[in-house]
Amino acid sequence: MGQIQLKQVTKSFGDVQVIPPLDLTIEDGEFTVFVGPSGCGKSTLLRLIAGLEDITTGHIEIDGTDATALVPAKRGLAMVFQSYALYPHMTVRKNIAFPLRMAKMDQAEIDKRVEGAASVLNLTDYLDRRPGQLSGGQRQRVAIGRAIVREPSAFLFDEPLSNLDAALRVGMRMEISELHKKLDTTMIYVTHDQVEAMTMADKIVVLQAGVIEQVGSPLELYRAPRNLFVAGFIGSPKMNLINGAEAGKHDATTIGIRPEHIDVVQSDGKWQGTVGVAEHLGSDTFFHIHNTGLAETLTVRAIGDVSLRHGDTIHLNPRLDEIHRFDAQGLRIA
Amino acid sequence: MATKASRSAARLMMAPAVVLLLGWMLVPLIMTLWFSFRTYLPLRGGDQGWTGFDNYVRFVTSSAFWPAVQTTLIIVVGVLIITVVLGVLLAMLLDQPMWGQGVVRILVIAPFFVMPTVSALVWKNMFMDPVNGLFAHLWRFFGAEPVSWLSDAAMPSIIMIVSWQWLPFATLILLTAIQSLDSEQLEAAEMDGAPKLKQFYYIILPHLGRAITIVILIQTIFLLAIFAEIFVTTGGAFGTRTLSYLIFQRVLESQNVGLGSAGGVYAIILANIVAIFLMRIVGKNLDN
Repeated sequence: MGQIQLKQVTKSFGDVQVIPPLDLTIEDGEFTVFVGPSGCGKSTLLRLIAGLEDITTGHIEIDGTDATALVPAKRGLAMVFQSYALYPHMTVRKNIAFPLRMAKMDQAEIDKRVEGAASVLNLTDYLDRRPGQLSGGQRQRVAIGRAIVREPSAFLFDEPLSNLDAALRVGMRMEISELHKKLDTTMIYVTHDQVEAMTMADKIVVLQAGVIEQVGSPLELYRAPRNLFVAGFIGSPKMNLINGAEAGKHDATTIGIRPEHIDVVQSDGKWQGTVGVAEHLGSDTFFHIHNTGLAETLTVRAIGDVSLRHGDTIHLNPRLDEIHRFDAQGLRIA
Repeated sequence: MATKASRSAARLMMAPAVVLLLGWMLVPLIMTLWFSFRTYLPLRGGDQGWTGFDNYVRFVTSSAFWPAVQTTLIIVVGVLIITVVLGVLLAMLLDQPMWGQGVVRILVIAPFFVMPTVSALVWKNMFMDPVNGLFAHLWRFFGAEPVSWLSDAAMPSIIMIVSWQWLPFATLILLTAIQSLDSEQLEAAEMDGAPKLKQFYYIILPHLGRAITIVILIQTIFLLAIFAEIFVTTGGAFGTRTLSYLIFQRVLESQNVGLGSAGGVYAIILANIVAIFLMRIVGKNLDN
């Protein structure tokens, strides 16, 4: 079990309110990702749930019981920190066993659980090493192991992959997703990387300045961003946002179209411009296009390797049914 | 950078300092060794020639030798225990965010800047004087008989004075060590269900291990040679005669340079044994 409910939760540091009243429900077994630019309050929100920070007003309920005043250890949540926060003077085995020792568990049971966690995480060969002798990915797994053995009702991850290199990050992303499928436990994951959010989440919570901008599944956010912020934040490369006359044609203040929804044509395109930088990824090519008269630059995805050079004129056709329309307040027009 | 020319230039430029330091160390050492093998009584006939190992035998067989060794060890161990324990507690206290942190930290460090002679005099006259001392006033205020600290409780008094001087050093080193502790580790321990006391035992104390060893090593080397505090307060009486004070008495009060020099050689050997012993512990600790 691991349903977490936030009711009218606020957090202030002195006079500064970093989280205005906020309601959120995280269902049992759900993989929820808090995503937003740095300083948006997502880590603070996670720490409020963990109990590492006291909430200023409001209530937190875990499985229907009020946990607002409970100390972190009593909430039944386990956290994986950005710096891993392993205990450097203890071996991997002792690190993983630490929460169980604190709970005064029977030694035989501790050994059983530690061995179990180690085999799940491929750490069996490293149990007698110290954290200093492990690579970044292995340390990450030890931190996860320390969380798993407690059999918590929910896992909290605070940007756990930000200290890893790109290749390892993709691997760990898969491992954490696999782990979620295997354990079927609630997980809350904080990241500033929208790719991590899109690939891992059942539910994404987009935050800006402590305010929830939108909650939904990855594809809901991709297909129907509720406002300009979400539209610009979700999706890579970013959605093209166009103001002015072109937007007026669609009865909107701003229109948005994703790079993958603009087709490159040989001639007679609806829009045209000159090619700037081209990013060749092999499978796709991203063109940055100038002088379109629409926006400063337009990003366009072309499938495969398209042979257009810097300075060439390019013809474009937007897919009209993929255009997102926003009003003067930046809200989506249905 | 390290061409042949630059290396020999570096050697040339370092030479004066090296020669000076070497001379500074070697000349007294050789003179001590030289005198320790001679009968040299400046006021009773001067240098009277070689005596072999007589001085060495006399120094260790004298009834004052073993008590002096014992006194030295008691002072060193006592001061170490007090400074390390209080140092850890003070460092944790100073690590807490509080109003006027900067000023408080400077005040805590201040005793380290007071010269040993001065601080011993201040303690002797201001605090421990049995008639006018602050402690005497305090005792009388509660209706108790004032204690003559430096005669009735001479060893505890000296340990107290020396601890007061060295506590800032221990606190300072331990404070910097505590500040380097990743706060996420404490938070992780909190999430793992460790109460404050266990967080201290399992996280903070192991983190401080290295700093504590360094404090013990450095303090031991200096504490083996404390002199001014004893000279100013008890003058070596009431069981406060340490090894270094015994050597001083042999040379200056008994006017026996040969005997004192032999004691000096023993002190060198003792200090080196302690240093080797401690270096091995530190080396082991630093490896992990």
